[in-house]
Amino acid sequence: MTLLHVENLCVRFPSDQGEVEVVRGLTFTLGRERLGIVGESGSGKSMTGRALMGLIPKPGRVTADRMEFEGIDLRGLAEPAFRRLRGARMSMAMQDPKFSLNPVIRIGDQIAEALEFHSRLSARDRRARVLEVLQAVRIDDPERVYQLYPHEVSGGMGQRVMIAMMVILEPALMIADEPTSALDVSVRAQVLEIMDDLVRRRGMGLILISHDLNMVARWCDRILVMFNGQVVEECAAGQLHAATHPYTQGLLASMPRLDEDRAQLPVLDRALIGAGLGGRT
Amino acid sequence: MIEVQNLTVDYGPTRVLHGVSFNVAEGESFALVGESGSGKSTILKALAGQVPDWSGAMRLAGADLGKRRDASLVRRVQMVFQDPYGSLHPRRTVDDTLAEALVIHGIQGRDAKVLAMLDAVGLARRFRFRLPHQLSGGQRQRVAIARALMLEPQVLLLDEPTSALDVSVQAEILNLLKGLRTEKRLTFLLVTHDLPVVSFLCDRLGVLRSGRLEEVSPVSALRAGQLTSAYGQELITRSG
Amino acid sequence: MATVAWLLDENPETRMQAQLGQGYRLARALARNPLAMVGLAIIVALLVVAAFAPWLAPYSAVDGDLANRLAPPSAVHWMGTDELGRDIMSRIIFGARITLYIVLLVAVIAAPLGLVIGAVSGYFGGFVDRVIMGVTDIFLSLPRLILALAFVAALGPGIENAVIAIAITSWPVYARIARAETLTIRGSDYIAAARMLGASHARVIGVHVLPLCMSSTIVRVTLDMAGIILTAAGLGFLGLGAQPPLPEWGAMISRGRTFILDQWWVATMPGFAIVVVSLGFCLFGDGLRDVLDPRQRVKG
Repeated sequence: MTLLHVENLCVRFPSDQGEVEVVRGLTFTLGRERLGIVGESGSGKSMTGRALMGLIPKPGRVTADRMEFEGIDLRGLAEPAFRRLRGARMSMAMQDPKFSLNPVIRIGDQIAEALEFHSRLSARDRRARVLEVLQAVRIDDPERVYQLYPHEVSGGMGQRVMIAMMVILEPALMIADEPTSALDVSVRAQVLEIMDDLVRRRGMGLILISHDLNMVARWCDRILVMFNGQVVEECAAGQLHAATHPYTQGLLASMPRLDEDRAQLPVLDRALIGAGLGGRT
Repeated sequence: MIEVQNLTVDYGPTRVLHGVSFNVAEGESFALVGESGSGKSTILKALAGQVPDWSGAMRLAGADLGKRRDASLVRRVQMVFQDPYGSLHPRRTVDDTLAEALVIHGIQGRDAKVLAMLDAVGLARRFRFRLPHQLSGGQRQRVAIARALMLEPQVLLLDEPTSALDVSVQAEILNLLKGLRTEKRLTFLLVTHDLPVVSFLCDRLGVLRSGRLEEVSPVSALRAGQLTSAYGQELITRSG
Repeated sequence: MATVAWLLDENPETRMQAQLGQGYRLARALARNPLAMVGLAIIVALLVVAAFAPWLAPYSAVDGDLANRLAPPSAVHWMGTDELGRDIMSRIIFGARITLYIVLLVAVIAAPLGLVIGAVSGYFGGFVDRVIMGVTDIFLSLPRLILALAFVAALGPGIENAVIAIAITSWPVYARIARAETLTIRGSDYIAAARMLGASHARVIGVHVLPLCMSSTIVRVTLDMAGIILTAAGLGFLGLGAQPPLPEWGAMISRGRTFILDQWWVATMPGFAIVVVSLGFCLFGDGLRDVLDPRQRVKG
C-alpha cells in the first residue's frame, strides 16, 4: 500500500540573484517501509522532509505535480488541516532534543499535550497512555521520567522522549531528520533500534534523513541519494556498494576505512558531477 | 615531543582524568579515542593551557608546562578546533584572522606570509578578504588550520577537526592534514571518536574510558581489529 | 553600476574594498526598511536644522517683541509666540542645536564607558564581575531622572552639568548589554584560539570582544536617544538643565505650562519637536537592530 506519493516536488527560496531552487523535481513513493534520504549539507534533504510536513518557512515556495499522503492532497492544504495531520498521521523528529523540548514543562505533560490536542481521552487515560509509550521507547522507570524536566535527562534519553512524542498518536508516517547526530556513538544504535522496532511493529512508514551513508544503509530498506536538490541514485539498501552514479561512488570512496591503507583519500570533483546533471548547478 | 605524566584533572568535585600518562615522539601522530565524557578533550585543553586546575607533569618540546604560559610556548604548539563555524571570529576577514599571530608577535611581512599560508592550505587567494559567513565549512576549517600554522609550531593539537564536516569535505581536510604533517614535519595529537580517521591519519592511539587510559597500541593493531583491551574491541565493533 | 559590482564583489582584492562592500551591504539592507528610512530622514532633518539654524530661523531666538506676546500660530509666526513675544518656531530651530549637543555628548561619554566596563566585567568574571555588576546594579536601581537631579544639584545647573549627569546615569545600561554579550563570546573557540596565539587580555577584549558588542550597543544607544532627550527635557523642565534664555525644548515646555489652558501652542510646539525627534531615533534604532543582528546577516 502506498502511503506517500510525490511527483516533481520543488522548493524555491527567493534571493537577490533570483529564485534559488533547493529541491528540484523530486519524485518518489513510500509504502510501509523504511526509506533513507542521504546527501551532504545543501543537498536539499532536510528541505524535502520539511516540505512534506508543510513546514517550509516563508518566503519559501513548495510546488509539486502530485503530493499525496494517504489519499490527501498536501498541495495547498490549509494550515489548520495540516496541523490536524501533523502529529496524528505524520510526525517529525528533529536533530537535537535540547532545542525541541520545552524546558519548563515536565516531560510527561509535554507528551500528553499531543493527546490533548488530537484525542478526547480523560486525564487519567492520557497519563496511562504516556506511561505506556515511555515504556515502549524502553524507559525503565516511566513514572519517574514523567515527572522530570528536559534538562534533567541525558541526550539519549531526551531523544527517546522525542520518539515517544512522535509515536504516541500512532502516526502512519514518521520523518526523522538526523535523529542521532547530536548523540554519542554508543547511544546512537540504541535509539535507532528503538525507532526501527516501533516502525516495524506498528507498520509505519519511515523516512530517515541523514548525511551518514553507513547508518542509512544499515537501518533502511531503500535509499535515495540527493545532490544539489536532485535524486542522483535510488537503490535498495543492500546494493549501496554497487552504486552506479559517480557522486555516490565518490562519496563511498572518500570515506576512510577502519583498515585504511591509502596514502590519499580520493576527493569528489563537484564541478564534474554538476556537469553530469545537465548543467543545472 | 609531548610527555604527559600522571595527569589528573578535577572539575569541582568530579575527577575527569585519573592519572593519565603517555608520550608522543617527535614527528609522530598520536590519537586519543573515546566517547564524550571520556576525558579526551580535557587532555587536549590541559596541553593548550585552557584547564586551570591540574596536577601531574606535562612537557612539550623539552619544556615543562607550568600554570603560566610564556610566549615561546605558543610558537611551539597550536590547536585546531572541532567546530569550524564557532572557531572563527564572525567579524574578521580571513586576512585579519591569519595576520593576528603576526601582529601579536610583531612579525614583519604580513602580505607575503598570509598569501603563502593560503597557498599551503589550498585556499584560493581570492578568499583572502572574505568574512567567515562567506565561506563553506571546509574552507573555514582550512582557515582554522592556516591560523594554527602561522607561527610555525612543531605540535598541532587537533580536536575532532573533521567531525562537523561533510564526508567528501572530510576527505579533503584529512588529505591536507596528512600532507602538511609530512611537509612541515609536525607532531599531531588528535582527539576523535572516529576510528577510521585514526586509521588514516595516525601512527599510534590511546583508548580512553571514564578518564582512564585503557590501552596504547600501534594503528596496525586497529587496522587488524586487534586492540588489546575489551573496551577497545567494543569501540571497533560499534564503528563497524 | 560598475561601482556597485565592485562593492559587492565576492572576492575583494584589498582590505578597503572588503570593508566598503560590507558597509554597502548594510546600507542597502537598511534602505529596504521604510520605517528606518523615515527615522533616518527625521535625524538628517534634525542635523540640517541644527547646522543651518541661523539661516532657517525667521526671527531671533532670544529677542522678543513684547507688544506681540502670546500670539497664536499665524502666517507671520507659524507656531505663535511665547510670553516674551519670541517666535516659537525660531526657538525650536535653535533648540535643535542644544538637543543634538546633549544627545551626542551623552552618547560619546556613556556608551564607550559602559561598553568597556561591561566587557571587562564579563570577560574576567568572578570577583571582578561581582564588584562591577554590584556598582552597576546600584546605579540601575535608582530612577534615572532623580539620580541626574542629584548630580545636577551637586554640580550646579547648566547644559554641561546636565550632560555629565545624564551620562553618569546612563552607562550602566550599556555595561549590562556589553557584559551579557561578552559572557556568550567569552567561551567561544575563536577567543580560545586568540589566547593560544599569545594575545594579551587587553588585546582580546579590545580587538576580539568589543567589536562584537558594538552592534547591540549602537542599537541600544539609538533607541536610548529618545530617553536621553526626554531626561534632558525633564531637567530643563525642572529648571536644572539649560538656563534661560537658551531655547532648550524642555525648558520651553516648562515655561509654557503656565499658559497651557489658554495659549496651548506655547507648550505644545516644543512637545511636538521632542516627540518627533524621539520617534525618529526609535525608528532608526529598530531598523539598525534588524540589520546589525549577525544572525540575520546573509550573503548578497
